[in-house]
Amino acid sequence: MSDNKPTQGQFEPRIVAFFCNWCTYTAADLAGTARLAYAPNVRVVRIMCSGRLDPQFIVKALREGADGVLIGGCHPGDCHYQEGNYKALRRITLFKRLLASLGIEEGRVRLEWIAASEGEKVQRVINEMTEVVRRLGPLQLELRSRLNGAEVVTEPHAEGVPQGGRV
Amino acid sequence: MSKPQVGFYWCAACGGCEEAVVDLNEDILKVVSAVDIVFWPVALDFKRSDVEAMADGQMAVCFINGAVRSSEQLEMAELLRRKAKTVIAFGSCSHMGGIPGLANLHGRQAMMDEAYRNVPSMAAGNTVYPQEKSDVPEGSLHLPTLWETVKTLDQVIDVDYYLPGCPPPVNLINDAVGAILSGQLPPKGTVLAPDISLCEECDRKDSKPVDLSLTEFKRPHLAESDPQKCLLAQGFLCLGAVTRKGCGSVCIKGNMPCTGCMGPTSHVVDFGAKALSAMASLAAAKEDQEIDAVMDKIVDPVGTFYRYSLPASLLHRRYQPLADGGKQS
Repeated sequence: MSDNKPTQGQFEPRIVAFFCNWCTYTAADLAGTARLAYAPNVRVVRIMCSGRLDPQFIVKALREGADGVLIGGCHPGDCHYQEGNYKALRRITLFKRLLASLGIEEGRVRLEWIAASEGEKVQRVINEMTEVVRRLGPLQLELRSRLNGAEVVTEPHAEGVPQGGRV
Repeated sequence: MSKPQVGFYWCAACGGCEEAVVDLNEDILKVVSAVDIVFWPVALDFKRSDVEAMADGQMAVCFINGAVRSSEQLEMAELLRRKAKTVIAFGSCSHMGGIPGLANLHGRQAMMDEAYRNVPSMAAGNTVYPQEKSDVPEGSLHLPTLWETVKTLDQVIDVDYYLPGCPPPVNLINDAVGAILSGQLPPKGTVLAPDISLCEECDRKDSKPVDLSLTEFKRPHLAESDPQKCLLAQGFLCLGAVTRKGCGSVCIKGNMPCTGCMGPTSHVVDFGAKALSAMASLAAAKEDQEIDAVMDKIVDPVGTFYRYSLPASLLHRRYQPLADGGKQS
């Protein structure tokens, strides 16, 4: 586990982005060609379709040190494979509910539709998400799993509970 | 030549896995004639000291069921690992964390409060909780430490093979025992069950359409199901498509959807994420509101998709919010 340690200055979140080949990745390319500057916190992985995004990719990214995961696909109706982005929307809607039950904050996973022509939306979404995740802070899974007491430490129970001998 | 020695042990388990061994019926006589059972707390009167007295690697094989959630279970798992040449994680809890693994949604203090304060059978205002150490006139008494996080067996010791299922099916136990006795074991780390999904052996597979598109998800206690037709096609969340086969589809034969106790095939890393992916993509809804309405029917996504595998999942448990928003580490 390689948690992002807050540095001396501002915390720089590490965000993994999965962009679909046909729309969002092309839009990111356009943003580059147009020299639109955006936060350097995102590492882009190109996938053929947002429907290819297995939720396992999201948990794997979070487990291995990402503070957030951004998914970009074609607008509804524009999917190169007809229905892939709808599958992504259903999966990610349900998966975000599951992540909420596990205590992972809502803003750490974001799905956006970004068409090939929307270079400035790539810039805006990345900048917005970087700020949201910066405010949430590092994910720190290891630390947060121990807040209620480390695995092997024999710490006393909550205050106000007397030491009883009865079992 | 002396017979190979075999041990059985239970950690955080319900006892169903022990039942599964007894369910071998007459075949258990063949097992007993072929091996010496040297440790089995549920059935035979051997003590921990008997295990400690064994030479390292003396047992040919030890079957350990149950998840690991206390200091005592860790000690026993480590001890049995030393004394056995082969360790088999037996059953869903040992394999993936199982039902006890759902405690990872809550943590130790919440469980203690529930068991010793909130349950209706506890006198109101009880403040007496079990303590790890209590002093009595005769000396100090100690209880094992209950962990914050439930773990799978392979998260605490090296495991050679896995026998999946809640409990493992009798034919798989028989096959495993046969393989051990004949020395024909697969590569280390293998799950001793077929590596293909349950749909493949399901009696109802012919009624599963090629393209599934579900307008709603049904819950088995709230809707009647056709006992012949594919449960998934009827809208029940049957996880057979993402679950390893080998159980003989006993739940589906009882007209109940598969809940995934056999775990995933070897191609899947995180069972719950994959199961959720498979089920969510089957919904027909396309608009945000429609999708929300369909997903509202899955009231407990973690309990549905990680029912047996939360500790084995990539995230392992629920995480506490950081009080300071993560400003310090």
